[in-house]
Amino acid sequence: MARAWVFGDDLDTDQIVPGRYAPFMVGQDKFHTYAFCDARPGFAKTVQPGDILVGGENFGCGSSREYAPAALKKLGVGGIVAKSFARIFFRNCVNLGIPVIESADAIALVRDGDAVTLDAAAGLLRAPHGEAHLRPLAPFAQEILAAGGVVAYLREHGDFPSVR
Amino acid sequence: MAYRGAPPPVDPPGPTVAELILSRASGRDVRAGDLVIAPVSRVMVHDSVIDAVMKGLADLGKEKVWDTSKVCVFVDHAAPAPTPVVADSHRVLRGWVRDQGIVTFYDAGEGVCHQIMVEEGYCEPGTVIVGSDSHSNSYGAVGSFGAGMGATDIAVALALGRTWLRVPESIKVTFTGTPRRGVTMKDAIMRVVREIGTDGARYACVEFHGAGALPQGDRITLAGMTTEMGAKAGIVVGTPEAPAWLRPAGDARYVREVTVDLSTLEPQIAIPPRVDQVSDVSGAIGIPVDIVFLGSCTNGRVVDMRQAAELLRGRRIHPRVRLEVVPSSRRQFEDAMADGTLGILSSAGAVIGSSGCGPCLGRTGGVLAGEEVCFSTANRNYKGRMGSPDASIYLGSPYVAAVAALTGVIDDPRPYLEASDAEFDALVAKRRTERGDRGAASARSGDRARELLAAIPLRAGPWVTGMEVED
Repeated sequence: MARAWVFGDDLDTDQIVPGRYAPFMVGQDKFHTYAFCDARPGFAKTVQPGDILVGGENFGCGSSREYAPAALKKLGVGGIVAKSFARIFFRNCVNLGIPVIESADAIALVRDGDAVTLDAAAGLLRAPHGEAHLRPLAPFAQEILAAGGVVAYLREHGDFPSVR
Repeated sequence: MAYRGAPPPVDPPGPTVAELILSRASGRDVRAGDLVIAPVSRVMVHDSVIDAVMKGLADLGKEKVWDTSKVCVFVDHAAPAPTPVVADSHRVLRGWVRDQGIVTFYDAGEGVCHQIMVEEGYCEPGTVIVGSDSHSNSYGAVGSFGAGMGATDIAVALALGRTWLRVPESIKVTFTGTPRRGVTMKDAIMRVVREIGTDGARYACVEFHGAGALPQGDRITLAGMTTEMGAKAGIVVGTPEAPAWLRPAGDARYVREVTVDLSTLEPQIAIPPRVDQVSDVSGAIGIPVDIVFLGSCTNGRVVDMRQAAELLRGRRIHPRVRLEVVPSSRRQFEDAMADGTLGILSSAGAVIGSSGCGPCLGRTGGVLAGEEVCFSTANRNYKGRMGSPDASIYLGSPYVAAVAALTGVIDDPRPYLEASDAEFDALVAKRRTERGDRGAASARSGDRARELLAAIPLRAGPWVTGMEVED
């Protein structure tokens, strides 16, 4: 069981980690402790490994800054389920090995603090008030996620997964 | 009428510009939705991600980038270094550039990566370029497929010289007519963002028609701001730099078409904290500001500084307003110095910063305090973008920026541009009187944005003027 952290639409990277707390500004060992420090004070101290973020449209919009998802990875976030993702954020998460899964109904179904289970094999996010359907990821992204990220994939295979 | 047997074959639609570029790069005829692995003609890296990029390369087991002649490195995001931690990171970056043998290196003060990439000719039209910055879409100003990516993607591109992309759908934006005096292409693109929204072009390429003959700087403004609609790329069609083959087919398929009539366009203002909460200037007149920022890859060129100087020549800015001017590159800085523009701005009371990103992303060079209200010519007004999360940022053109610096409030620049000296002074005096002491640390300033948001049916249909939309 994991805790669900529910966010709204258009959650931007400045809300995930404000620019003033970039690793560049505060150091590689600290930046993740500022995750959601303005948008959701206390998040970084409370979040547990495996917890799931649930969002609306355009999750992760804004900057290309990879330290936003890198902070979530460092805090052990187990996956993000949203109506839709901003494109750079989506790529960054796949590259870092964070499951990013689209779901049209999760945001309406899941309440902040719910105990949820991400069942990728069944394509479901199980929550106290029902099950949200997950959109299957492209095989290309699945292969990279299965390896734990693009760096691990490339180290193992030497090239990208097939695109055909 | 019913067909007998199979219907006659229908030719698939011809390619959009994005499909043309990605077909050529990947070596097969691809259309929107296909995945491609494409070679990149350049990789752009800047100071704020270098640690993560170096770590990515090391994790990949690569000591050297794939081609040192195709890598461009910039120190611009927090430059010159504002803190010892940043200074140390810059030191590491310089060492890395030297060790790699990368020649194309622009250190602090040379300017914003995107401006230099375009104006120094590093963007080959019709090729794929990836950059470690979301505004890498700017390279579409000269017909390149420029896409912003995160540090690991950039590390992979540096290691392999290739990247993977999903071929995007395209949105066709057509400009017609000529803008009236005091209206700029910044207003035009904000009008487009107002219509399409911050995620309306997500994963898509925005293809601009009717803009190819514009000055290069205006095209950078257009292409760069496609990022604010979630676009993967923004490409201006028919630029002088582009080869003849880089033209979309007449029957290319677009997911959406938007036409903006520039001749009826008003100056546009984005209301915090969203880039797509855009109002005609008439809806924002009188909002007091504390600080004005003229700069960024969006509007930090000599033409932008000249527009501000038109209004500020021989005058002083409002005594309670600060004006920060940050040229987008050394070339723009020196051009503005040579023709006297910087002198006019300095005499008016502006602080002139060294070329770079300046305070646009809140790391250096005049960041915002809590409750402060900024009018900025840059591209983002998110909460906390330029410093304190309690500050508010309005976005608009250099003309509006100059008027805001003079009067202390947001106003329509057009009457000032038409006024005699006496009329001009009367306009300024009237606005200054109305403004009074409002401004810095005044709760009213922030309230005004909230009032506007409540009062204006933003992104709604019928009140929209000067634009027709075809889905």
